[in-house]
Amino acid sequence: MLLGSGPIVIGQACEFDYSGTQACKVLLEEGYQVVLVNSNPATIMTDPAFSHRTYIEPLVPEVVAKIIAKERPDALLPTLGGQTALNLAVALTEDGTLERYGVELIGANYAAIHRAEARDEFRTTMASIGLRVPESAVVRSLEEAHAALASGLRLPLIVRPSFTLGGHGGGVADSREVFDMVVKAGLDASPTHQVLLEESVIGWKEFELEVMRDLKDNVVIVCSIENVDPMGIHTGDSITVAPQQTLTDVQYQRLRDASLDIIRAIGVETGGSNIQFAYSPETDDLMVIEMNPRVSRSSALASKATGFPIAKIAAKLAVGYTLDEIPNDITKKTPACFEPTIDYVVVKTPRWAFEKFPLADARLTTHMKSVGENMAIGRTFKEAFQKSMRSRELDVRPDIPDDNGALLAMIAIPSAERYDLILEAIRRGVTLESIFRATMIDEWFLEEFREIIEAENRLKSFAVRPAFAESLPPTAGPRHEAQMGPALAGEAAAGANLSAVAASGPPAEGSAALATLPREELRQAKRLGFSDGRIAKLLGCTEPEVRARRLEDGITPAYKAVDTCAAEFEAYTPYFYSSYDEENEALPGEKERVIILGSGPNRIGQGIEFDYCCVHAVMEMREQGYDAIMVNCNPETVSTDYDTSDRLYFEPLTFEDVLNIVENEKPKGVIVQFGGQTPLKIAEQLHEAGVPILGTSQEAIDLAEDRERFGGVLQKLGLQAPPYGTARSAEEALAIADRIGYPVLARPSYVLGGRAMEIVYDRASLERYIHTAVKASPRHPVLIDRFLERSMEIDVDAVCDGDDVYIGAVMQHVEEAGVHSGDSACVIPPVTLGDEVVRRVEEQTAALALELGVIGLMNVQYALQQTDEGSTIYVLEVNPRGSRTVPFVSKATGVPLARVATKVIAGHRLRDLDLPGWEESVAAGRVPRRRDLTHVAVKEAVLPFPRFPGVDTTLGPEMKSTGEVMGVGPSFPVAFEKAQLAAGDRLPSKGTVFISVCDADKEAAVGVASTLARLGFRLLATEGTYLTLGRNGIEPELVLRYSQGLQAREAATARAKRNGGVDCGHDIVTIVDLIEAGEVDLVVNTPRGRGARADGYEIRRAALRRGVPAITTIAAAQAAVQAIEASFGGEVTVTCLQELYPGRGR
Amino acid sequence: MYRSEIPGYVVLKDGTVYQGFGFAAPGRVFGEIVFNTGMTGYQEVITDPSYYGQMVTFTYPMNGNYGAADHLLESGAVHSRAIVVREAKNTNYNRTCPDAWVEWLHHQGVTGVGGVDTRALTRRIRAHGAMTACVAAGPDLKVNDLLEETRAYPSLSGRDLVRAVTCSEPYVVATSGARYHVVAFDYGMKRSILKNLLEVGCRVTVVPAAFTPRQVLELEPDGVFLSNGPGDPAPVEYAVASLRGLLGQVPVFGICLGHQLMALAVGFSTYKLKFGHRGINHPVKNYLKDAIEITSQNHGFAVAPPGGRPDSGTGVIWLPSTRATWSSSRTSVRYRSATST
Repeated sequence: MLLGSGPIVIGQACEFDYSGTQACKVLLEEGYQVVLVNSNPATIMTDPAFSHRTYIEPLVPEVVAKIIAKERPDALLPTLGGQTALNLAVALTEDGTLERYGVELIGANYAAIHRAEARDEFRTTMASIGLRVPESAVVRSLEEAHAALASGLRLPLIVRPSFTLGGHGGGVADSREVFDMVVKAGLDASPTHQVLLEESVIGWKEFELEVMRDLKDNVVIVCSIENVDPMGIHTGDSITVAPQQTLTDVQYQRLRDASLDIIRAIGVETGGSNIQFAYSPETDDLMVIEMNPRVSRSSALASKATGFPIAKIAAKLAVGYTLDEIPNDITKKTPACFEPTIDYVVVKTPRWAFEKFPLADARLTTHMKSVGENMAIGRTFKEAFQKSMRSRELDVRPDIPDDNGALLAMIAIPSAERYDLILEAIRRGVTLESIFRATMIDEWFLEEFREIIEAENRLKSFAVRPAFAESLPPTAGPRHEAQMGPALAGEAAAGANLSAVAASGPPAEGSAALATLPREELRQAKRLGFSDGRIAKLLGCTEPEVRARRLEDGITPAYKAVDTCAAEFEAYTPYFYSSYDEENEALPGEKERVIILGSGPNRIGQGIEFDYCCVHAVMEMREQGYDAIMVNCNPETVSTDYDTSDRLYFEPLTFEDVLNIVENEKPKGVIVQFGGQTPLKIAEQLHEAGVPILGTSQEAIDLAEDRERFGGVLQKLGLQAPPYGTARSAEEALAIADRIGYPVLARPSYVLGGRAMEIVYDRASLERYIHTAVKASPRHPVLIDRFLERSMEIDVDAVCDGDDVYIGAVMQHVEEAGVHSGDSACVIPPVTLGDEVVRRVEEQTAALALELGVIGLMNVQYALQQTDEGSTIYVLEVNPRGSRTVPFVSKATGVPLARVATKVIAGHRLRDLDLPGWEESVAAGRVPRRRDLTHVAVKEAVLPFPRFPGVDTTLGPEMKSTGEVMGVGPSFPVAFEKAQLAAGDRLPSKGTVFISVCDADKEAAVGVASTLARLGFRLLATEGTYLTLGRNGIEPELVLRYSQGLQAREAATARAKRNGGVDCGHDIVTIVDLIEAGEVDLVVNTPRGRGARADGYEIRRAALRRGVPAITTIAAAQAAVQAIEASFGGEVTVTCLQELYPGRGR
Repeated sequence: MYRSEIPGYVVLKDGTVYQGFGFAAPGRVFGEIVFNTGMTGYQEVITDPSYYGQMVTFTYPMNGNYGAADHLLESGAVHSRAIVVREAKNTNYNRTCPDAWVEWLHHQGVTGVGGVDTRALTRRIRAHGAMTACVAAGPDLKVNDLLEETRAYPSLSGRDLVRAVTCSEPYVVATSGARYHVVAFDYGMKRSILKNLLEVGCRVTVVPAAFTPRQVLELEPDGVFLSNGPGDPAPVEYAVASLRGLLGQVPVFGICLGHQLMALAVGFSTYKLKFGHRGINHPVKNYLKDAIEITSQNHGFAVAPPGGRPDSGTGVIWLPSTRATWSSSRTSVRYRSATST
């Protein structure tokens, strides 16, 4: 049995799909029966073909114990599913489940896990081998923490909660004032209510080593990683580089020797471990920071960085192989005990989503906040760094102050923009010394950055006059620019689209500059990693001009292999990166080939779901007899595993980088529809450059994406959409809103994942929105749509081949319209739509697909408004590409939709594919779709709120979730409850429920409350809800709102002062106090507009702190109550996909 | 340094030319070109006497990252007189290294060529074998002349390079409380070996390669150590002869060239590897302990696996003790006196 890591959350992302998938493959190859448990349907590992028994079930001890009882596995391998799997293994050991069923724990034993994870034990173990850890104390309460301070522990202290992932809940206490707050947060976050207070090594250099050990005690070091950011910033939030750059061999060997001692002392029997060190160059002191006795995000990075598949080897070691027995796939000649050595430089850059959480603390600390990362490979640090910078695909541009002092002050605070700021500071002549003092970033790196700027200046010196773009003040332009400002972001700008590049320079003079630029200068710039777009900006010409000149001069990239051995042996696995070097190793193969473009770094709105689609496209294209070529820059993914595709290019997904690969490979075509918005963004440029786009044509993409043209399509088909308009100024926006009526949904025209999208209820709010949040301009219009209140949302994924349409599924959202579809729970099949609505939705979907000319996948979002006159279906959005829900649909229905789409792209006709439900649907005169489902599947979103203290937890039109889970059951309530449990919300079966809803929800709240009362729950309500429920014969207890309590307290204190009596203010109890005291088991709190927000906010944050499920929409509350009722006294049943769809999988 | 105005060339005997930029000391250096795959330890490599007569290209593209320092030297001189890199750094931000790399190289008179596609060069060497080459930096270089001279330059095989790097006089190195006395034949010994011997409690008398058995035995050693060294073991006949006189008299152990000389002394033969093993990541299987050990390697020659039993006249039997796990080259062999078993 293999455990996955569950939903994608900050600190635990698709790297564990990568490791788990590798492990599944290995175990199947070795002839084992594999039972897999993972609640995340968007993973490749949960494809039925990757195990014999695939359980998409909640990763909680009682559910996994049920699966163990049912499947009776011989062994449990928990080291490939992140901290979640490791914690489960600990729980199942401690509760005796493993012993009861005779299950052997392999990979890491219980004692080793404890030695590595329990902080005091780790500390003692390190001391026993002569290694130091920062002086520290483990405390279980605030009082113990104070005692530790008193006994000599010195500030600043790092607070680390035990057993949490990504350092979640931790922080830095640098003064006595914040000490209590940080410690309390840490205690709350730890499942064992235990934190480590640790002397700070902030500013020391940070290194990581990836180590593997086998049963015979052979140990190898796979890779060293250096954090460019010093200690104090979580490694997941640091730019890191492999191999380490700044230590001498003597210093490096010291880390190496220590790593060997550590893995032995901890007693990890087999597999990979990650060890983190802090090193002070001043004192030569070395400290061990932590050790993960499992594969990790860093090991995924190390695997991609070296070509050494750590997870795969870990799985083999776990079943008894030794390192010298396992051949290296890449060289075929060397064994796995050959330590990788590399002849390039790898840079990883995190990707954050602070723009989604304006109230979040955007400073980087020991508490990980990034949602994704990219990796770039170059022959030198400068090349890799610049490639990594442009792989970020930023869509928000940093604000950079004009004043250098202010700039340095900003640089001193670790932030998402730190490196953009540093480059700008160097550009302005700020000394490396002062940047070093502000950041403690090793001057070696700063010198590298200086050399990049030096090369920039050299290029600029060839410009006829300073480029137009350079003379703009850095703060010019709207805050929400789709593209990074040229002078600011450097390489980040390279991902920007071509037209923007073309628009910003005066071509005539720029072209003259390009003409006088010597070939050698251009070649040198390319060797340093400058993109054509960046060079164009520096010279003041256009990107196509630079490209043309470059090709004329024969300056094209050479592709080099990643081979684990620095060319000492021949490499057989084609895994490539570009560099402007001489010898190209990636000569095109004989077979016809297709390129599949990946989705780049994970971000909110574009995550693992798209990687899932890409991997399926690759698998299917290989089956269709093509060589499938993958291009991606996300090291966490399955798509960037070298044995997923026939050829892997680890490259940025910009127009230039992709076109270079196309020119090298000369493929049949490029597939852009599986990687989300990233490939779609460059599809037009590729098309214009003459690159064949396979599947849906560029013309069809444009038809769907251009609002005016799409309006014509709707009109032609007689379909309805909410009234809308496109505003190029504030006045236009207000006029449109007046015309179509409030409320309106306002959003910038170029966004992803509902970025900056807002529901606006009145003219004043729209004015505020249009002036402060998003500035409407001719270049960046704002879209204004009528918002359909109280409507239901419906999502459809379908495949079209030009003649026929096959519906993957019609999904009903649990939350009402207004909550971003990515954040809404949804259910297959729809529960309350009725067959007639479903039929109409199917037909509209088919009509749209055929009219647009979709070839492959398409997603449509509808809103259903039901009135007394009947139901109206509105088309909200059409995406002519694979969507976020494709994996969920595939798992829920057993139809691998992305593969079906790929078959269509390869030229097959849907009607020849023998798809489930085809005949039956056609016979019934319906659009083909599977119609024999006997179970219900619910997808629930997983939100990162616990990571962002201070951020409100309500849902809205801007997507905020990082991941998803799926619950499967015989009915909607059962499936919904499982989905909640999998998402981390355990619905109570008894206890106290607090209900407080907005006026619009009061009526519905009556039903919710009466069911709960009938089931024996104690009900609490604040005034308004209390009165409503009371009028309907339900008798909740009245509690004070938070704001009422504050007022009452003040009044009591004032009274006591005035009258000299006892201050009874502290006896006043509000709902927040009750939640904090652990007296509430479920919170139902729907926000009531802006005014009363503060109250709801305090309630929801309190619930989050205490881990009490908090439901913020009435629809979800209704579903939850149904779920509570359905499971009342019942037993959880577990089902695997192979039982749902006999004949699929193994 | 990622560029300079000085032209630089790497010219291989087979006519392949790599163009780059020159750095450190201008000059024209001839010798055998080999590659090293270590990602650290560049200063140790070029000061290791085993590289005498060779020029190194580093597969790791960022060369000189942490600077240079005396405590990293493996001998008193630079033996690889030229290096070929992708990029050379000339900074000294590592506190333990006072010198900047390029400056240090310049001071040592080492010629550097940078900006070269070192991976292409490495692949060439892997495919065609380590070969004679010229590494040249400076103005007014003519590639055709360089190629002609390269072709005329003698190969390493059959040349006794030990003579050039061995010490001229014996000397003693000891720390207090040494338990053993070891005589170390200096065929081009690395300092770290000496350091290791001292650390395990040996007093070491380092002697020139041409020391005779009698001279050694007069020192009454507990054991004799045969050091590493450059080039082909076969022409170092005087050393082999000397070893024949010592085997059986006193415990003898050696590594690298020393081990190859010992193999010759017991009647095995040696041969030139196509491109050698140079790096710090090579696993070796220790059959005695049934364990994998990661080693640093630096050799271009190897002991031939014996076709049959070794020359019975030597009175030793051959036991396989360790073996490189990826090739058949013997990395070490134990020799035991037949009479003592």
